[in-house]
Amino acid sequence: MIATSTRPLLQVKDLCVDYLTDRGPVRAVDRVSLEVNKGEFLGIVGESGCGKSTLLFAIARLLSAPAEISSGEVWFTGHDMVSMDEDELRHLRWRDYSVVMQSAMNALNPVMTITKQLADAVGAHQRMPPSQLRARSKELMRLVGIDPEHLHSYPHQLSGGMRQRAMIAMALALTPDLVIMDEPTSALDVVAQRSLMLKIKQLQREFGFATIFVTHDMSLVSHFSDRLAVMYAGQVVEIGPTRDVFAAPKHPYTVGLMRSFPSISGPRQPLAGIAGSPPDLGHPPSGCRFHPRCPQVFERCSKEEPDFYTREQDLVRCFLFDR
Amino acid sequence: MTVADLPLRPREDARELLRTVDLTKHFRLGGFLSSRYLHGVDGINLSIHEDEIVALVGESGSGKSTIARLIAGVYKPTAGDILHRGQSVKGLRSRREVLEYRGRVPMVFQDPYGSLSPVYQVSHGIMRALKLHRPDLSRRGRQDEAERLLEAVGLVPARDFLGKYPYQLSGGQRQRIGFAQALACRPELILADEPVSMLDVSVRIGVLNLMATLRRRERISFLYITHDIASARYVADRLVVMYAGHVAESGPVEDVLAHPKHPYTQLLLSAVPDPRAPISLPEKTEVQEPPRVINPGEGCRFRARCPYAIEECSRVTPLLRLLRPEHEAACHVATSDMDDRHEVAKPAHI
Amino acid sequence: MAVRVVTDQVSVETAVVSRRGIAGTIARGLTANRKAMAGLVLFGLFLMVAILAPVIAPYDPHALQFGQMVQPSGAHLLGTTGTGQDIFSQLVFGTRESLLIALAAGLGATVISVVVGVSAAYMGGLWDHILNLFTDVFLVLPTLPLMIIVGTYLNNRGLLVLVAVIVITGWSYGARQLRSQALSLRNREFLEAARARGERSLYIIVFEVLPNMTSLIVAIFFGAALYAVLAAAGLQFIGLGDPNSLSWGTMLYWAQANGALLAGSPVWVLAPGFCIAALGAAFALINYAFDEISNPALRPVRRRK
Repeated sequence: MIATSTRPLLQVKDLCVDYLTDRGPVRAVDRVSLEVNKGEFLGIVGESGCGKSTLLFAIARLLSAPAEISSGEVWFTGHDMVSMDEDELRHLRWRDYSVVMQSAMNALNPVMTITKQLADAVGAHQRMPPSQLRARSKELMRLVGIDPEHLHSYPHQLSGGMRQRAMIAMALALTPDLVIMDEPTSALDVVAQRSLMLKIKQLQREFGFATIFVTHDMSLVSHFSDRLAVMYAGQVVEIGPTRDVFAAPKHPYTVGLMRSFPSISGPRQPLAGIAGSPPDLGHPPSGCRFHPRCPQVFERCSKEEPDFYTREQDLVRCFLFDR
Repeated sequence: MTVADLPLRPREDARELLRTVDLTKHFRLGGFLSSRYLHGVDGINLSIHEDEIVALVGESGSGKSTIARLIAGVYKPTAGDILHRGQSVKGLRSRREVLEYRGRVPMVFQDPYGSLSPVYQVSHGIMRALKLHRPDLSRRGRQDEAERLLEAVGLVPARDFLGKYPYQLSGGQRQRIGFAQALACRPELILADEPVSMLDVSVRIGVLNLMATLRRRERISFLYITHDIASARYVADRLVVMYAGHVAESGPVEDVLAHPKHPYTQLLLSAVPDPRAPISLPEKTEVQEPPRVINPGEGCRFRARCPYAIEECSRVTPLLRLLRPEHEAACHVATSDMDDRHEVAKPAHI
Repeated sequence: MAVRVVTDQVSVETAVVSRRGIAGTIARGLTANRKAMAGLVLFGLFLMVAILAPVIAPYDPHALQFGQMVQPSGAHLLGTTGTGQDIFSQLVFGTRESLLIALAAGLGATVISVVVGVSAAYMGGLWDHILNLFTDVFLVLPTLPLMIIVGTYLNNRGLLVLVAVIVITGWSYGARQLRSQALSLRNREFLEAARARGERSLYIIVFEVLPNMTSLIVAIFFGAALYAVLAAAGLQFIGLGDPNSLSWGTMLYWAQANGALLAGSPVWVLAPGFCIAALGAAFALINYAFDEISNPALRPVRRRK
């Protein structure tokens, strides 16, 4: 699954996003660096307030005031995304990368049938005769598993799962290289979630697009992602191949997070979760942002900010791994 | 939480606290003259005993929240009854009786951001609950009791928290306040409607542990309503699975998970992502969703999605049958294995 | 299990309504907004003038001993009226009655709006329909003709009648808005929690629903006060007030009756007119703060350069 081509599809370098508030700028994303290769499935996991959605919006250049990219670079297929203006971005949008939002109801037009919306989306970026547009949208609906009988339905007539599938169909309309997904399954029930994830994975194998998948549900993404990044308080604290991060989590936050998921198999055992709450991003803790809640904290942690340290194939932002 | 807090088998002599008898709730759709009814729940028979945590599991639309609201008295039943210690709740008339019941069976809500009034300090709800349900306490007594309640739910130092406003607390802390409000009434049974669904993952465990601790220390039973089977397993003794307004399966939690009898339970279990399970191979993708139950006829409501459906399933509504010790399922096709040898049968020949 | 005390979770988006209790919300809302501060200062100015009228006004406003239609001068800052009264003193003392009418009528209209609007939302069903009908009828009644008819019909021209007429014609607009907000609050979980712990309906309405509508209620009050200022001026100008009372509106009446503009004393008309406009503007400015509180979308995005 990991591509062997030399240049990564997406490169994020030291990206910082600030929210401009009355009390001064609040840093929601702090020096995040990551890469996504062709055809790779990268999962970004974190709890509320960790900055994962903000990061996603920044990469897709969808941020609006009062949030803005204050520094850092985003390179996508050789383009410098941060410095491009709206006109230049429009050429890339939907053709080379697309976005699937959390709640389809907010993104779909309630007074248009889904097929028409799909045709509109395709037609906006590619000139095609109307009959071809219709055929293409029907094809896409079939691909994502929406029953033909729903083709001429309005969004409110469809179930949550089907609406999300319609969103995905729209995102794939021009076969982009990268699809960015912001918690597309969180509004769905467990069974619908699973079938949607399977469908996404199947489509990914078929079309070869890369995916950045943001979620708070680690167990969901762990079955499907190639690599996993864990975010806390605006920073990436651990990133590596999913199997490694899962089987052997290194950062104390990741360890704590893993210990927060009760299992339906195996022996029943008490879990501890993680004490405390995520920090106020307006006044982050000194040094390592996790140190007030860390069970393995030592003196250096409150004084200096840790860099990334390598351990096998993982990068971990923790002094425990500084050799 | 320690090993001692883990769910235990209820005492043999545990009394029955609450029982629903053929509880039914229909909602009329449209105006006064409409004849279309949404069947929230139909014919529910549940019972909850002392020292017990019962998990009510189902997807949205299954009716689980409706049951909670029926028991809490927010909705009036369309048919059927609710018995509290053997006495019908429908017959309660005087304010004193109603207040007594509300105190014995309070509710904790799902939304930590909406369950506390933003204009008052967080102690407001607790103080009001104490005023209404503990008339024996003086003002000083209420103050002390409020502090004790906050300590019981893990918010220490209690004195600091009493004066705070909701916006100053995190989601997990607000949910704990919700539990403190329920505790103020000296309850026997707390109805917890998805108390952790809107909390961050690492905070959920703390609140679930709190429920287990309260059960052990304060001897309070819980009806824990959730869509998350894993958390239900973590904290509950018995599991009740609901589908489209009916109870599909019910039994001791480990037994139901190890030997799911109803095809819906099997589907649900196969769909739960389990971080510790090995990565499974892709299965046939399932597109259908739970139905909206409007004027349904007879027959099993799961039949459209069921791989084992037979002709009888569309004619006769299945009733709960005992298939294993203390373990029932409402399915025509599931076989009984009181001798513990068989799994679910293959489709029967007509 | 010990939980660490977290003091202040910052929410990166804009502030939540009513975070600090009722008085806190109002104070915070007003001081944080420049327009509202301006309005508040202006209102405060009028309030000071009304309270300190005997100190500020140089003469007795009813005293008839000065020359008639004297132009503004050192002795008479704004000149005198057709009957020889000092206009400036009249203006100062007139502030009392004008302010009183504005606040009393504003309060009366607001109270009725709240009672009708919130009851309609909370009781629902048939009552809701009835109260809505009632509100709609009053909403579409043409106010000026109605005020004229009622004012003429009731021979008593006192202050109370004036206030009553304004209240009757002014409450319906607010009732609509309050009903909408009360409806949206109805299913919030803290209200369910209140019901679940056994609170009585009346308690819930007064102590749980209303406090969460504070911003809207105050905004409606200032809107009603604004309406009252202008309505009172209008009624008094056409003679439906008590011509012997002293307020800006009656000053306009007398100025008109004496042909002030034609006689070359425009100040007699302009001065009260300006005060009416200024007081109205004060209320309108204060209301900006509450609009922005209840509708975060209206808040300006403040950029730090």
